[in-house]
Amino acid sequence: MVIVKNLVKKYGSVVASNHLNCRFETGKVTVILGGSGSGKSTLLRQVTGLEKPDSGEVLFDGLDLTRATREQLYEKRKKMGMLFQGAALFNYLTIFENIAFPLREHTQIADNVIKTIVTMKLEMVGLRGTEDLMPSQLSGGMMKRVGLARAIVMDPKIIFYDEPTSGLDPISTGVIDKLIRDLNRKLNITSVVVSHDIESCFRIADRIIILYYGDIIAEGTVEEIRNSTDPRVIQFINGNPEGPIPFTRTDKNYLDEILS
Amino acid sequence: MGFSINTKEENGIALVFVQGEIDMFTSPNLRDTLLPFFKPSTPGVVVDLSQVSFMDSSGIATLVEGLQWSKKENRKFVLTGLGETVFNALSLTKLDKVFTIEPDADAALAAMKQ
Repeated sequence: MVIVKNLVKKYGSVVASNHLNCRFETGKVTVILGGSGSGKSTLLRQVTGLEKPDSGEVLFDGLDLTRATREQLYEKRKKMGMLFQGAALFNYLTIFENIAFPLREHTQIADNVIKTIVTMKLEMVGLRGTEDLMPSQLSGGMMKRVGLARAIVMDPKIIFYDEPTSGLDPISTGVIDKLIRDLNRKLNITSVVVSHDIESCFRIADRIIILYYGDIIAEGTVEEIRNSTDPRVIQFINGNPEGPIPFTRTDKNYLDEILS
Repeated sequence: MGFSINTKEENGIALVFVQGEIDMFTSPNLRDTLLPFFKPSTPGVVVDLSQVSFMDSSGIATLVEGLQWSKKENRKFVLTGLGETVFNALSLTKLDKVFTIEPDADAALAAMKQ
């Protein structure tokens, strides 16, 4: 269980997290939805201890990660898996070594066992046979799946997915969605998914949080979000170009700016 | 529940009883226990997992070594007493159909006599 309490993060005048309160329950898939710039990834970085908030708490197994020492964070991160938006693979390592890296770094497991674990993880993401390739030889979608294999190689108790299905073809999206659900259901893993893929979100989520400019504007089950009467939620889940959520990021009048 | 392993032999068949959680930090102990049995003269190995509350990928990968040995030497390698958590871990890695699984050690020994 991860509990976020009154989290605040500002970049200059931009409020990325505006006194956020939420929780990611054990064994559940929580999806954080929101448009670009809504503060999803910022929240994820703070929850994983990659970035310090201006104020507030992030409690993971009782420890406040915002005040944890480097050693405490290091220990907690062994229980966390993270799939980064761009997969974040090591370009100079083969696919096998990329996935094996956390095992070599954090455990004393024998090479033979590591080989089997990597094979199992590659099978899960449908990429067995790519062991000897370099990341530059893979498509973006394949790199993302390798990133996922690496994220789960240590069998974490909680996995954070930053846009797990963006840039993937429909079959790969389905595979990743099923994998997130299976890991969750069969191993009781806590999953936190940052996404703006509505269909994928509705397939995998136990709980949905919708962010809008650093605020939580809706929170609930898939059904509750589907039935929301909040015009911002309706616009977002239907992808309507017109509505209370503006497409432009500035309040300045377009004509005023172009004619000035 | 602390991690522990006990072994005994019955008609040359090795019986390995594991207790506790098999994870990245305890699986090397399990491997150290199992490896000496993986020789051509051992007729079979039974690993009882009925007291195992959790098993991660490193535990499964360690058991896969037993499977590799049994195929190579044409011997029996049998798992017994799988609880739901352990079985789920196996099924997630699609290995639940690969291992020989029996309900308990007695059933495993009986199967080996066939």
